[in-house]
Amino acid sequence: MIGDYTLVEFSSILAMQGFAGLILFSVFVLMALGLAIIFGQMGVINMAHGEFMILGAYVTWLCSHFVTAYVPALFPVYFFVAMALAFLVSGALGMLVEWAMIRHLYKRPLDTLLATWGLSLILQQLYRSVFGAREVGVSLPDWMMGSIALTDIIEVPINGIFVMVLTMLISLGVFILMFRSAWGRRVRAVVQNRAMAGAVGINTKKVDRVTFGLGCGVAGVAGSAFTMIGSTGPTAGQLYIVDTFLVVVFGGAASLIGTIASAFTISQAQSTMEFFMSGSMAKVLTLLTVVGILMLRPEGLFTLKMRR
Amino acid sequence: MSDDTPRKSPIATRRQVLAGISALPFMGMLGGKVNAADYPTAEVNTTGLAVTDDKVTVGILHSVTGTMAISETGSVQAEKLAIKQINDMGGVLGRQIDFIQEDGASDWPTFAEKAKKLLVQDKVASVMGCWTSASRKAVLPVFEQYNGMLYYPTFYEGLEESPNVIYTGQEATQQIIAGIDWVAQNKGAKSFYLLGSDYIWPRTSNKIARKHIDKLGLEVVGEEYYPLGHTQFNSVINKIKLRKPDVIYAIIVGGSNVAFYKQLKAAGIDMTKEKPLLLTISVTEDEILGIGGENIVGAYACMKYFQSLPNDNNAEFVTAFKEMWGEEIVIGDVTQAAYLGPWLWKMAVEKAGSFDIDKVREASPGIEFTKAPEGYVRIHENHHLWSKTRVGHALDDGQYEVVFETEDLVEPDPFPEGYQ
Amino acid sequence: MNATFYTRREWIALAVLAALILIVFPATMDVFRLNLVGKYLTYAFVAAGLVLCWGHGGILSLGQGIFFGLGGYCMAMFLKLEASSPENTAIQSTPGIPDFMDWNQVTELPFWWIPFKSFPFTLAAVVLVPVIFAYIIGAAMFKRRVGGVYFAIITQAIAAILTILIIGQQGYTGGVNGITDLRTLLGWDIRTDSAKFILYFVNAALLIVVLLLGQAVRVSKFGRLLIAMRDKEDRVRFSGYSVADFKIFIFCLAAAFSAIGGAMFTLQVGFMSPSFVGIVPSIEMVIFAAVGGRLSLFGAVYGALIVNWAKTSFSESFPELWLFAMGGLFIAVVMAFPNGLAGLFRSHVEPLLAKLTRKSPSPPAPDATPAEAVKLAAE
Repeated sequence: MIGDYTLVEFSSILAMQGFAGLILFSVFVLMALGLAIIFGQMGVINMAHGEFMILGAYVTWLCSHFVTAYVPALFPVYFFVAMALAFLVSGALGMLVEWAMIRHLYKRPLDTLLATWGLSLILQQLYRSVFGAREVGVSLPDWMMGSIALTDIIEVPINGIFVMVLTMLISLGVFILMFRSAWGRRVRAVVQNRAMAGAVGINTKKVDRVTFGLGCGVAGVAGSAFTMIGSTGPTAGQLYIVDTFLVVVFGGAASLIGTIASAFTISQAQSTMEFFMSGSMAKVLTLLTVVGILMLRPEGLFTLKMRR
Repeated sequence: MSDDTPRKSPIATRRQVLAGISALPFMGMLGGKVNAADYPTAEVNTTGLAVTDDKVTVGILHSVTGTMAISETGSVQAEKLAIKQINDMGGVLGRQIDFIQEDGASDWPTFAEKAKKLLVQDKVASVMGCWTSASRKAVLPVFEQYNGMLYYPTFYEGLEESPNVIYTGQEATQQIIAGIDWVAQNKGAKSFYLLGSDYIWPRTSNKIARKHIDKLGLEVVGEEYYPLGHTQFNSVINKIKLRKPDVIYAIIVGGSNVAFYKQLKAAGIDMTKEKPLLLTISVTEDEILGIGGENIVGAYACMKYFQSLPNDNNAEFVTAFKEMWGEEIVIGDVTQAAYLGPWLWKMAVEKAGSFDIDKVREASPGIEFTKAPEGYVRIHENHHLWSKTRVGHALDDGQYEVVFETEDLVEPDPFPEGYQ
Repeated sequence: MNATFYTRREWIALAVLAALILIVFPATMDVFRLNLVGKYLTYAFVAAGLVLCWGHGGILSLGQGIFFGLGGYCMAMFLKLEASSPENTAIQSTPGIPDFMDWNQVTELPFWWIPFKSFPFTLAAVVLVPVIFAYIIGAAMFKRRVGGVYFAIITQAIAAILTILIIGQQGYTGGVNGITDLRTLLGWDIRTDSAKFILYFVNAALLIVVLLLGQAVRVSKFGRLLIAMRDKEDRVRFSGYSVADFKIFIFCLAAAFSAIGGAMFTLQVGFMSPSFVGIVPSIEMVIFAAVGGRLSLFGAVYGALIVNWAKTSFSESFPELWLFAMGGLFIAVVMAFPNGLAGLFRSHVEPLLAKLTRKSPSPPAPDATPAEAVKLAAE
């Protein structure tokens, strides 16, 4: 007996809590990945990140409506199509934004922050005008909403597993793209020395545009996936912004590995503390710890050494 | 298309006129159609309010932008509907109601600024507005200083009794006690897990709930708060599974709601089995739109109004509301309470025979509204409403089925003794 | 260095601004509108701080709301304690403590509230608490050479954390409601029209003092170094200057300006809430500076006035369009007019004025080119 609980109960709960931590970790990675890609590549902080996520969520919502109305037979699998569409739509909007706005500001990275913030305001109001001020409910296929009972007590939510698998696949995809593909080599070349990369014939403009699009597209997929666990409304993007930024900053902004490590640290700390104290206190303590560490090590967990 | 533009032309449809006519009986007690000439402006308006011989101006102050727009949209729509219906019936003291709408932008200081503008510059005769406690607290000093009248629609934590506010929603004890009694008696609940968003309303409400649970000799096995906007509830769901309470008592608000109920369902807690049973005081039909009916089916909610309420007043109200704002719209507790505001004000003005704030205030206690969608209500001396409390059972189409209502009106008690 | 404090043109600009806020506004507006303008002007403090720290120092802080809020909260704590006398709060279970504490079952005034019973302490705290906070942040960041976008996000994260802390600790801070229902300052009712009128002038006068102070910093050798640092940080460092210390100083100065603004805000508006501390207000404050012109202290004042006036009038007539307008303004200012109104004035209006008065155009703006600035710095 531990406290009022039997050993079986207690260990089951520990297992489930560990799993909850892993889900939180996946959610954090998924949120932060798009932001980290864009920041790592071009030093641009995309303040409209949350709005790109919500765009993905709205795309999913539209898909669910469309499928229910026209091809109800496909409902059980529509979510995969929705995610692909969310990626494409958010990515396309991202590339448009890069073309119209961001590319003019590469010499002034601080200003991109303000411009993308302006964009986020416009997008929020746009969502409100188009989809209404109220939240929309995305209906999901039944198979995604249940849980798998491993023992009497241990139940694993399917959507949690879904998010974890998705995160793994997307992270893997991004890594292969960045570190194993010719395109990734070009991206990294541009990061390390833009002028030289241009001189050896890399189309740096195209690399920038595609990278920005990729980051926004990943945000869109994240938003699409989060319709399973969160809300979809014009301002829902702001719910994610604090956590997202903390993860990226704590990880050392420019490093993808850092982002993942920091997502892991923060999620584990938070879910462990949440178990032993009230949720609000756990959040505050997590944040304070993060800030404390940032004070000692403001460059984050991992940094890219590069010349400035 | 934005939600706050009427989908229909403002010309009254036949059904609305009929609704208006059917609302006439209670006008009868006021002496039939009122003629503005019987109430000369100089007499009914001695304090320089925006009242002319054929018009009176009121203010509507809600967030139409920002995070709170999600919740406040319904209130704006209800208030506009009420004003339109009153105008169709001949207005207030023979004067048509004109409204000035201001946007609080989900920002408390903006609420204070706009409230001041409405009172000082526009001289409105009353204001229908606010939603969150924070916005009410922000405007309260303004209303008290410039002597305005606010009709506040939200269920809230109590601990307030301003001479310048009429609270058309329920205060915490009205909403909470009946619900807990009901689950204890009818569902045999013995243990409760209290859960809420971290701010004053859930905390105060849970305090009252806990006191009442103690009084009944039952047990609270956990109490938790999460920051507003929190989206990850797996840890607390695990804790709930561990403690095995009979009732999860949830007061989560805003976007967090959606996350909580989706994750609860995904974690294998099937609310239709009622083990544990979920009782909430914060999820109205409006919130279910975002959550999705299939994710909350089987939960119980305790409040004073549900869209499905079976009575004639409500049938007319729902029809008129959908006429004006679209067929797919839903109506929650706060929306209905917002609808009461203009009516209660109208009746107070006509009882007082004056628009003057002081006279309206004096006339307000005792005002009865028999045609309220929720049924008969009456204004208490403490500016809250006597109202029935009901328990609804969530269906998978996003509506509640009313399974219980208190026999009598519940007395509002904003400063409950023994609960502080 | 033969720095003149102001050129003749700048003296005229100061006179125009002073006349506007000290004479024209009070003469033409009712107390309600004047009070609104007073509120806008409290943001001008923040914007002026940002002109120094961002425009001149190149340090973009997206957390100025932290300092505005801290300054405001210090003042609000004092006012709240005065408003919570045992007589006023007799109906509470614990009379004599602020009402929100009573609602949250706090039965004793927390120790860190007690000093705020003293007005001199409060006045000192209004400036010192934010400055110390800024020093801690600045020292941690700048000593380790963290700057640019990275610094911006960290300040933003801190703003977010502070908001969550304030909201979460509602028994001690008033939570999301903030500290409301403030009534008197040393027995003087700040809610009356006459008090609002007087406070407006106090605010306006303080603003002018702050502007002069900012100008003093700008024309000093330190001001030149700031610009040099912004444009070529390494060269300044290699010239033997301690770049980090300069940055910390200017960041603290900007924090102090914001804090004064925050305290004046509390006095004029009558409450303080966490909605000024978070990310959104902090970024809005940056836009005031950007619209006015990130290099112009006067521009900052006009920026704060114009953006807020636009916000108020826009949201009165077209609430739905307001966010489009604000977002568009952000993008337009950043992309098309990086020097804001002051830049437009300099490039379009001044030549016109010069033509009219048949005099040579004003000397170049103090934002000298990098090369010149470094030369100056090396002197």
